[in-house]
Amino acid sequence: MSALLELKGVEARYGAVQALRGVTLEVPEGSIVAVLGANGAGKTTALRAVSGTVRRTGEIFFAGKPLRGGPESVARAGIAHVPEGRGTFTDLSVQENLKLGAYTRRDRGLGSDIARMAEYFPWISERGDQRAGTLSGGEQQMLALARALMGRPRLLMLDEPSLGLAPMIVREIFRIVRELNEKNGLTVLVVEQDARIALDVAASAYVLEVGQVVVSGPSSELRENEAVRRSYLGY
Amino acid sequence: MRTRRSTLRALGLFAALAAVVVVLPHFVSDFRAQQFAYVGIYLTALIGLNVLTGYTGQISLGHGAFMAVGGYTTAILMADHGVKDVWTIPIAAAVAGVAGLLFGLPAGRLSGLYLALATFAIAVATPTVIKRFDGLTGGGSGINLFGKPELTASLTPVESFGLKLSFNNWLYALSWTVALIAYVLAWLLLRGRTGRAFRAVRDSETAAVSSGVNLALYKTLAFGVSAAFAGAAGALFAIATTFVNPDTFPVSLSIFLLVGVVVGGLGSLAGLIAGAVFIQFMPLWAQSVSSSPGAPTVVYGVILILVMFVLPGGFAGLLGRLESLTRRGYDRSRGS
Amino acid sequence: MADFLQQVVSGLASGGIYGSLALALVLIHRATGVINFAQGEMATFSTYILWTLTANHGWPYWPAFAVTLLVSFAGGIGIHELVIRPVERGSVLRIVIVTIGLLLLINGAMTWIWTGEVRYVQGPFPTRTIDVGGVAVSLQDIGTIAVSIGTVGLLWLFFQFTKVGLAMRAAAVNPAEARLVGVRVTWMLGLGWGLAAVLGAVSGMLTAPSAILDPTMMQVVLIYAFAAAVLGGIDSPVGAVVGGLLIGVGLNLLGAYVDFIGSALQLPAALAIILIVLMVRPAGIFGRREVKKI
Repeated sequence: MSALLELKGVEARYGAVQALRGVTLEVPEGSIVAVLGANGAGKTTALRAVSGTVRRTGEIFFAGKPLRGGPESVARAGIAHVPEGRGTFTDLSVQENLKLGAYTRRDRGLGSDIARMAEYFPWISERGDQRAGTLSGGEQQMLALARALMGRPRLLMLDEPSLGLAPMIVREIFRIVRELNEKNGLTVLVVEQDARIALDVAASAYVLEVGQVVVSGPSSELRENEAVRRSYLGY
Repeated sequence: MRTRRSTLRALGLFAALAAVVVVLPHFVSDFRAQQFAYVGIYLTALIGLNVLTGYTGQISLGHGAFMAVGGYTTAILMADHGVKDVWTIPIAAAVAGVAGLLFGLPAGRLSGLYLALATFAIAVATPTVIKRFDGLTGGGSGINLFGKPELTASLTPVESFGLKLSFNNWLYALSWTVALIAYVLAWLLLRGRTGRAFRAVRDSETAAVSSGVNLALYKTLAFGVSAAFAGAAGALFAIATTFVNPDTFPVSLSIFLLVGVVVGGLGSLAGLIAGAVFIQFMPLWAQSVSSSPGAPTVVYGVILILVMFVLPGGFAGLLGRLESLTRRGYDRSRGS
Repeated sequence: MADFLQQVVSGLASGGIYGSLALALVLIHRATGVINFAQGEMATFSTYILWTLTANHGWPYWPAFAVTLLVSFAGGIGIHELVIRPVERGSVLRIVIVTIGLLLLINGAMTWIWTGEVRYVQGPFPTRTIDVGGVAVSLQDIGTIAVSIGTVGLLWLFFQFTKVGLAMRAAAVNPAEARLVGVRVTWMLGLGWGLAAVLGAVSGMLTAPSAILDPTMMQVVLIYAFAAAVLGGIDSPVGAVVGGLLIGVGLNLLGAYVDFIGSALQLPAALAIILIVLMVRPAGIFGRREVKKI
């Protein structure tokens, strides 16, 4: 499997603070890769570096080609980034949020895609006109996921999908992610603080500390790794 | 922290400037003296606006209205009550100051953008209000002061301190004296606790409040003070033009005052003088480039935009940058 | 009673004009937090274009109207691209000062090109009145109401039912998230300025027949539009239109029935409304955004 996404020596800073100090990682096509680490380790920044939301140096390759430009062009290239806080358009309706997800598409298949989303998230068809800001946290996360999928992306990037959600809902979301990966071959890069569930779902993972990759490898290996177990898995 | 060296330097510069101001009329024509007199008038208004905008960060697009209050006070006092022109100035300043306080009470609660909006509305409304109360203001035809005995010097030169001064020279002396007084008053006000409170308001309202600054009080005070200065300038304006009517203080005046403050730069005397010079001389220069009506206004607009692009700190910002460059060189050469 | 209704109708006509310009202000403010002080001058400039086409070149009214709208649209986008974009990332106050510079520039340009001489613009509607249930209603008022509401209505359809309209709405309130789905937010801002210019042009062209066209024509209307936008809620498009109608009718009635105000103090009355609303309920009637209260 070739790498759909490659980061080589990526650095990024916020003003005087160096958030990423040369991160190198690979996301093979059709797999789920997790990025773990504590708060402030640089996980979110890594995703932002890919989507062009933050200025960075170093090289990023998507499908073999250099990835450049801001979020608009990254979205057009086929990368969907679900940010921290879900990025919901709170003033717009559920339907409108979904339509926006498909903004870069020029085909007319939106209607059927929305129907497909309703299969994963049945409540979407019932509450299409509801203002997205009035949805619960879990529903907003699902809506964010659905919105990202509307764009038919090649790569889905999820930033802390479990944040602030009840465990049952988190499990459901990851179940859907895994299903999309297995059935449709969707490539996923997920940033998570909850290492346990991330390692359950992901094939491989990278652990970031202070802006650098300290450990990486297949999930099975990381689960056995002493340091990882103690710091991130709690046992 | 002002070191002794920097205070001495400031005083030295100030003295040099004062010397220039005093001897200038000897070297320029009578007409030029009038133009420089207007520079002094605008300077007084800008000193006031600087207190408001530079220190408390509130933007006013309506200070022409406070000038109008001062100007009309002077005109009414001179025409209807026989008060000598010079004595009307402090009264005009006081009246305008009260108007400023009254406006500052409600307006102090408005944030920058909305304040700009509200003051802009005042500027636009002022000519209408003047015309409406025509019993007091003479309505559309205004009040004429030319030839009135209360005017110290109109047709005949003034005898003052053994000197014979033409009208323009006398005006020059008067306006720069007022400007000097204004500057000193402002300086005294700003160096103390009031000044610190003002700066605190500008830098962060929330921080100022949490450190115990009574926000509303100081914002209102700033309005009152700046309006008083504008009123004095308005009074001088009336004396200089020897008449007032609703068109003497149009919307553009308020905008040009803000332009002067922006272009000249906030905070330093040099910047304010630059701004006053700009307001007075730029239209003349623009007119020499193109005699079409509207040319000066276009140039004002273009310069304002360009200054915002390139030099948001205005002329004084440029000076500041030059100064810090030279200071660095100076320090480096001293091996520190 | 008939007199009262007449005042209401003509108040609605003025209100349509104020509402259109207020909507322009709200469009730009919603997306950028900036109040475009030059909106009135832009509207006057558009009206001059209409005058040039009809009076100078003898064009029939409605084609000239349409072309003026197109030119204004392009002008709005152009102004955003050349003058606003360079400072867009700066503080709001800096951008506002730029719009003030724009105000001066456009005002001076109009005096330069067309001089301060007053012009007269013939409106498209006949000036006679018709009898509606005993009330003499001016056809021009009806026409004005129709055009302003029609324009606002078309714009509403655009925002609700088109892809670009949806993208603009998204970009206005959540620009960062909009970028992530591929919306070119900067282009949307330019479009916003273009549409605002169109609204301003409509407002100006509807004002001209009953006013005189000179460089200061829209200065007062701008203040009324400010009042309408503030009253309705500075970020609410619905509020802008409703606010406009309220201000139009309200000031008209105040002017007609309150002697002290008469027709001369309507402007200060509008100023008073602005101050009162900003002090008592800064979010306006339909506004939701919280204003920092200290």
